[in-house]
Amino acid sequence: MSLFHKPKYSTVTVKKKDIPQGLWKKCPVSGEIIYNKELEQNQNVVPKSGYHFPIDAYDRLRNLLDIGSFQEFDADLEPCDPFEFNDSKSYKDRLKTYQKKTGRKDALVSGTGKIHGIPVSVAVMDFQFAGGSMGSVVGEKITRAIERAIEKKIPCIVFSSSGGARMQEGVLSLMQMGKTSAALSRLNKARLPFISVMVNPTMGGVTASFATLGDINIAEPGALIGFAGARVIKETTKEELPDGFQTAEFLLAKGLIDQIVPRTEMRDRFRDLLSAIYVGKQVEASA
Amino acid sequence: MDKKYALDFEKPLRGLIAQLDNLHQLSTENDIDVSSEIHAIEAKIESTKKSIYSNLSSWQRVQLSRHPDRPYALDYINSIFDGFQELHGDRSYKDDRCIIGGTAFLNGKAVMVIGQQKGRSTKEKIERNFGLPNPEGYRKALRLMNMANKFGMPIITLVDTQGAYPGIGSEERHIAEAIAINLREMASLEVPIITAVIGEGGSGGALGLAIANRVLMMENAYYSVITPEGCAAILWRDAGQAPAAAEALKLSAKDLLKFEVVEELVEEPMGGAHNDIEKAAESLKTVFLKHLEELGTLSPEELETDRYDRFRKIGVFTEAVNDGKIVPIEEAAS
Repeated sequence: MSLFHKPKYSTVTVKKKDIPQGLWKKCPVSGEIIYNKELEQNQNVVPKSGYHFPIDAYDRLRNLLDIGSFQEFDADLEPCDPFEFNDSKSYKDRLKTYQKKTGRKDALVSGTGKIHGIPVSVAVMDFQFAGGSMGSVVGEKITRAIERAIEKKIPCIVFSSSGGARMQEGVLSLMQMGKTSAALSRLNKARLPFISVMVNPTMGGVTASFATLGDINIAEPGALIGFAGARVIKETTKEELPDGFQTAEFLLAKGLIDQIVPRTEMRDRFRDLLSAIYVGKQVEASA
Repeated sequence: MDKKYALDFEKPLRGLIAQLDNLHQLSTENDIDVSSEIHAIEAKIESTKKSIYSNLSSWQRVQLSRHPDRPYALDYINSIFDGFQELHGDRSYKDDRCIIGGTAFLNGKAVMVIGQQKGRSTKEKIERNFGLPNPEGYRKALRLMNMANKFGMPIITLVDTQGAYPGIGSEERHIAEAIAINLREMASLEVPIITAVIGEGGSGGALGLAIANRVLMMENAYYSVITPEGCAAILWRDAGQAPAAAEALKLSAKDLLKFEVVEELVEEPMGGAHNDIEKAAESLKTVFLKHLEELGTLSPEELETDRYDRFRKIGVFTEAVNDGKIVPIEEAAS
């Protein structure tokens, strides 16, 4: 018998059509109801609670970069189905569904732009496309974004949001981890900055390659970041996971990331960081 | 029962071996000549072996790669190299017993050899953490590889893991970052690196030792983005579909040769490497020597470029003809 009884409330049935869909969102942290427009104006961050809703890749770039500075590259790269992969659904069909849903050919947008006048090569993963998983296209586009940074002698920034490597491209997906990380070794050699931003969620093969290789590793507040999934760890170890396990805050305390930066402060933070580690250095180097 | 043929698909062999044993017993106990029957069964065993092992499915190869008697890294190291000196520890946290490494000689040439080591007895299995490395293992491996780079020694790595350890401590000490750093740093080394996948090549845990100029695979090894069980659990929502997942993942050496993810398939003795460890080791040694000789002609810079180009070209995608078109998105609002 429970000590407390659930209070009974009278319920009012409301016809669904009376509430227009998509006008409001409920904050999962505070329960606060926020007008969508207000949320969008604040980059999908709930103003009071600071909860970060997902944001579309283009919206992120729009908020991050100087007006009119973005040029997209490699938007035409399209995934194939080299393994002719079929589980409950064929990979080809899955790709079509994701392409229709997102209007993108694969799970990443990349290009060049400026942040407070500082030129950058930037890539943003799209979690809406196959859970942001990394297959050949994502790996290739990230590698090109890094090579573009080397060619133009500019910093590279990657926003990760991914469940990990894409199973349907098998070992080719795994090899993208090697390819992107190898490109970062060349960026290192060129003494150019790599800033990695880990967005909710960043897991698996993405965490185990470029996402944790930043000169500066940044995370958005509350982001889930890890290698193995919590369920797998529980099943393997039969242990209780510590509070806040694999969150940005947990990993800041454990020393993996340099800073937790709210989305709304990202643009200015990049200016501050790049001013210190990049601006002026290239001129000195070439002088 | 012969432990050698313990796998499901080896059942016909077990039956024949039992028959053979019975005949041997019959002949000694009753002093009757059954040699013609024995010869017939022996011939049947050979033909059955051939038919089983020449048509292995991906899942059957996965099972062979995990065979309890399969040679592990140290078995190969002891057969192939001379004077192995194990070097311990990551100089930071501990010595991961699941990744071993040290100096050794290959036909008189000094090399750094690093491998993932599984345990055979229960006690050793626990000591080796069931072949699932922790971050320290990867950091130790990198320390040794940097040493090899400093002293101009080729690096040989032996991969045999289902994956890096999914544990609390492993995450707290950043297993993902430990692997990632290895990927990046191995790419920049200026000595030859050769990797052999000797058993299981599971995901990032395998790749963390495998950014090599040449990647070789034992015939019954597998190399995959995820274990068949893991893939089945996620995509089929049923780990029992592992055999189907194994086929779909095209994880066998034969398949991976086609995708140019590995350079060479190293043949195993009939029925798997455990049937003749010395022979398997000899084949692997021959291939190591061949590739070391080829790589020996490259300069330090060329070795880095060779490795970079090897990984740079991996991936399958299409690109529209209007390649290089710049698509500006709408102007920013803020």
